[in-house]
Amino acid sequence: MNSSYENFRLCNRTLDRRNFLKGIGATGALILTANWNWAQDSEGKKYGGDAMAGGTIDDPKAFLKINGDGTVVITCARSEMGQGIRTSLALVVADELQADWKYCRVQQAVGDEGTFGNQDTDGSRSMRHWFQPMRRCGATARLMLEQAAAGSWKVPLNEVRATNHKIVHAKSGREIGYGDLASLMASMPTPDSATARLKTEIEFRYIGKVQTLNIDGMDIVSGKATYGADVRFDNMLYAVVARPPVYGSQVDSYDAREALQVTGVVKVIPIEGTKAPSEFHPLGGIAVVATNTWAAIKGREALKIKWSGSSNQGYDSETYHQEMEAASLKPGRLVRNVGDVEKAFAEANQKHAATYYLPHIAHAPMEPPAAVALLKEGFLEAWAPSQAPQVTRTRIAERVGLPLEKTRINVTLLGGGFGRKSKPDFVIEAAELAKAFPGQAVRVQWTREDDIQHDYFHTVSTEHLEASLDARGNTTGWLHRTAAPTITALFGPDSGHQAGFELGMGVNNVPFAVPNMRMENPSIPAHVRIGWFRSVSNIPHAFAVQSFVCELAHKAGQDHRDFYLKLLGKDRQIDPRELTDDWNHGENPKLYPVDTGRMRKVLEKATREAGWGRKLPKGRGMGMAVHYSFVTYVAAVLEVEVESGGNLVIHKATMAVDCGPQINPDRIRAQMEGACVMGLGLATTGEISFANGKAEQSNFHNYQVPLMPQAPKSITVHLVRPDKEVELGGVGEPGVPPVAPALCNAIFAATGKRIRQLPIGNQLA
Amino acid sequence: MHTIILNGQTHKIDVPDEMPLLWAIRDVLGFTGTKYGCGIGLCGACTMHLDGQPIRSCITRVSDAKGKRLTTIEGIGDDPTGKLVQEAWIEEGVPQCGFCQCGQVMSATALLKSNPDPDNAMIESSMSGNICRCGTYNRIKTAIHTASAKMKEKSA
Repeated sequence: MNSSYENFRLCNRTLDRRNFLKGIGATGALILTANWNWAQDSEGKKYGGDAMAGGTIDDPKAFLKINGDGTVVITCARSEMGQGIRTSLALVVADELQADWKYCRVQQAVGDEGTFGNQDTDGSRSMRHWFQPMRRCGATARLMLEQAAAGSWKVPLNEVRATNHKIVHAKSGREIGYGDLASLMASMPTPDSATARLKTEIEFRYIGKVQTLNIDGMDIVSGKATYGADVRFDNMLYAVVARPPVYGSQVDSYDAREALQVTGVVKVIPIEGTKAPSEFHPLGGIAVVATNTWAAIKGREALKIKWSGSSNQGYDSETYHQEMEAASLKPGRLVRNVGDVEKAFAEANQKHAATYYLPHIAHAPMEPPAAVALLKEGFLEAWAPSQAPQVTRTRIAERVGLPLEKTRINVTLLGGGFGRKSKPDFVIEAAELAKAFPGQAVRVQWTREDDIQHDYFHTVSTEHLEASLDARGNTTGWLHRTAAPTITALFGPDSGHQAGFELGMGVNNVPFAVPNMRMENPSIPAHVRIGWFRSVSNIPHAFAVQSFVCELAHKAGQDHRDFYLKLLGKDRQIDPRELTDDWNHGENPKLYPVDTGRMRKVLEKATREAGWGRKLPKGRGMGMAVHYSFVTYVAAVLEVEVESGGNLVIHKATMAVDCGPQINPDRIRAQMEGACVMGLGLATTGEISFANGKAEQSNFHNYQVPLMPQAPKSITVHLVRPDKEVELGGVGEPGVPPVAPALCNAIFAATGKRIRQLPIGNQLA
Repeated sequence: MHTIILNGQTHKIDVPDEMPLLWAIRDVLGFTGTKYGCGIGLCGACTMHLDGQPIRSCITRVSDAKGKRLTTIEGIGDDPTGKLVQEAWIEEGVPQCGFCQCGQVMSATALLKSNPDPDNAMIESSMSGNICRCGTYNRIKTAIHTASAKMKEKSA
C-alpha cells in the first residue's frame, strides 16, 4: 500500500503564506480564501493545521495519482469514522482538479505524518485544517496538467483550460484527457502550490453542493467494506485479552491450564501493563490466542487470574459524587474573574444556585476495538481502525523494539470512533502478540464487555452555578465552579485540575454580557483512564450553563429565549484571550473570535423554525440551548412529551448550525442528526458507574444507547450562512453539547421538573 | 462437521456445535460482512436470514442452521428487495461509519419482504433491535419508505 509513495519526494513544508496570498490577489479575491489562516501570528505562535504535529502538506505527489486510464486516485490521510471525510476531502481535490467525480477513487494513507502531514482525526479538524491544503493540492495538479498539455502542443499556458477531466485548447479545437497526460505529469517537477490559481466560489462543481455521494457507500451496504475487524490472512490467529478490572491493577498470578484445554486455543500470553499515567499503552493482562474468536473467548472464560491491588480499587461513583459536590461548593483554583461577584451577590434582588452532575460515559462505537498485526522478517505491519495512525506507529515501534521505518500502520474504515480510537492501546496489544508468532497475523478483538469496561471514559463532573438578578431580571453576577477529573491525568502527574483546553470548552469562554463573573476549578483526582469523547468537556459545561440560564429565566419570570439573548448582549466579536481562553480550539484568536452575533443567529433560526412560543398540547414542552464549540455555533430546540408513567417522546428536534463555509452540506446535516441522537442517548440513559474500582456496566443491556423508537420523530437541520467572511468551523462534534440541555429544558417546560443529574433514567417516572 | 448453505453455496465446516454462526461465518468461512457488535443479541449488527427470517447470528448456534438456507449481506443484493434496500440506503445517504448498516439492511429487507408497505410504527418496531451509534435512524426510516415506494413501482 505504501510503496507507491516511496518515490515521491517530501514536499516543502514551509510554504510562504504571504506569497501565496499575493498569488490569490493577482487572480481576484475569493471569499473562501480571503481569510487565509495565517500560519503564525506576530508573536510567532502557530495556529490551526500548522500547529499540529506534522503540520499540513499540499503536495499533489503525496495525495494524488492519475493513471493512464484516466482514473484519479486521491489519497485520504484522515481517518473515516462516519463523518464522510474520505468523500469530502476527495471532492475538494476533484473540484479544483476539474476532475470528473466518476473517475475518482480514494485510497487510504498509511500512518506517515512526514509524507501526509497531521493525521490525528479528532477535534473536528479534518475539513477545517485540510480544506485549503487539499484545494491547493488539486489546483497544483490541474496546473501541471495544463502545463503538460500546453508544452506538448507548444502553445502558451494561458491558452489552455482544464475542464471536466480534460485539457482543452479552444483556439485549435484540440483536447486531451487526463489519462493521456498522466505519464508526462508524473515526470514533471511540482510547481509551487502558491502559483496555482484556486477557483472562485462560483466555479465550484462539488464544493458546497448538496449531494449524497459516498465513496464507500456501496461497499458498506454490500458487506465489502473493510473495518479493523475484517482484515484477514491465511492461518490468522485470534486473540482476546483478560484485562485488570481496576485501573492500575496488574496480574499477580494466573493459571492457564483449563484455558489451554479449550478446542482451538493455541497459546496464553501475558501482556505487560503500564502504571498510571498509562497514556496509550495497554492495560496489560492475559491474552488467549486461538484459531478463531469464539475459541479465544471460551478460553478466556476458563482462565484463572489473581489481580494485584490498586490505589483505584476504592473508586465508588456514589462516594465520588459526594466528594465532587463538596469540592464544587468551596472556592477552587481561579480560572477567570471579572468585576466583583461577591458584591453583586450581596446587592442582588434575587439569587439562584444549582449544582449539576454528569456521570462517566463510554464511547461504545459499533465496532469494538480490533486490530491485526503481522511481524514478518523484522517488519511489523498493523491494520487498525485508528484515529491516530502516526502515534500508533510510534508507540508500536517503541514497544516492539523496531525502528520506525520497520513498521507500517494501515488504516481501515472505523466502525465509529468518537475519540476512542485515537488511543492505540488495542493496536499495541496486537503488535505485542504478533511478536510471539512471527510470520503469522494476529487479530486482537475486544468484546463489547471489554470495550465498555476498559474504555478511556468520558469525564464525570459536578458543575455548580450561582447567579444574581437585579430588580429588572438582569443578570448581575455569575459564578461557575467546575470539578471533573482531567484528561491530562492520562499523560502525567494528576493535578486534579482541568487543563486550558477543557476549561475552554464552555467554562471561561462563555461570552455573556454579565459585569461580574467568576469561574473556578476545584481539584478532583482521576481514578480511571479519562479520554476524549465526541465534544469532550463541552458536554458537562454546556449542560450546566444552558440548563442554568433556563432556570434563571424562569426565576426572572422571562421567556427563555429573550432572557438568553439579553444575557448574550449586543453583537460583538470577542477575542477569546480576553475571556482567558488562550486555547481557542487551537485556532488563531484574530481569525476565530467568539462571535455573539453568530450565536444569536443560530438561536433565532432554530427557535423560529421550531415555532418557539406557539401553544403546545398538554404534556408537551419545548426547550432550547445554544453552544459554541470547535469554532462552530449550534442551537438545538426540542419538542418533547412526557407521557403518564414517565415515558419520554421526542416529537421534534430542530437544529441550526453555523460552521462557516459549508463544504459538504449533506454530511454537515448528517453529523448534526447523529449528534442529536447521541446527545439524547447520553442525556437519557448514558452512565458508567464504578463500584470497588470496577465499571458496573458491561453491554447494551445496562449501558443503553438510543434505538430507533427513542430517536426524535423528526430532526430538521438548518445550515445558517454567516453574513460575513469567516473561517471554517468544526462539524463532527459541536452538534452534541446543546442537545442534553435543550432536552432537559423541554422536559421542564412540559412538566415543571428540573433535571440536574444525568442520565435522566427513571427520574420522570 | 457441519454443512452450511450460505448464499446458495454449500460449505462444510468443522467447528463445535455451540459455536455461534457469526464466528463460524466470519472467522472460519471468511465472510466478514456480518459484524460483531455485542455478542448477546442486543445490537443487530450480526443480523442474517435463516430461511428468510432475520436472526441474530451471535446467539444462534451453528448446529441450528443445519439444513437451512442462510443469507448474509454478501448475498442479499441478489434478492430484488435486498437490492432495492441497498440502493435506497445510498440514495438517502444513510451510512455514516456504516458498521451497523449490514445488519440494518438485513433487518429492513426482512421487514419489506413480509410487509412491503410498512408505516412508521411498524418500521420502528421491526428495526428496534438494530443499534446505530452514529444515529442514522431517521434516514433509515426514510430509506425504507423509499425502497417500499420503488417496490410498488416495480410491481405496478
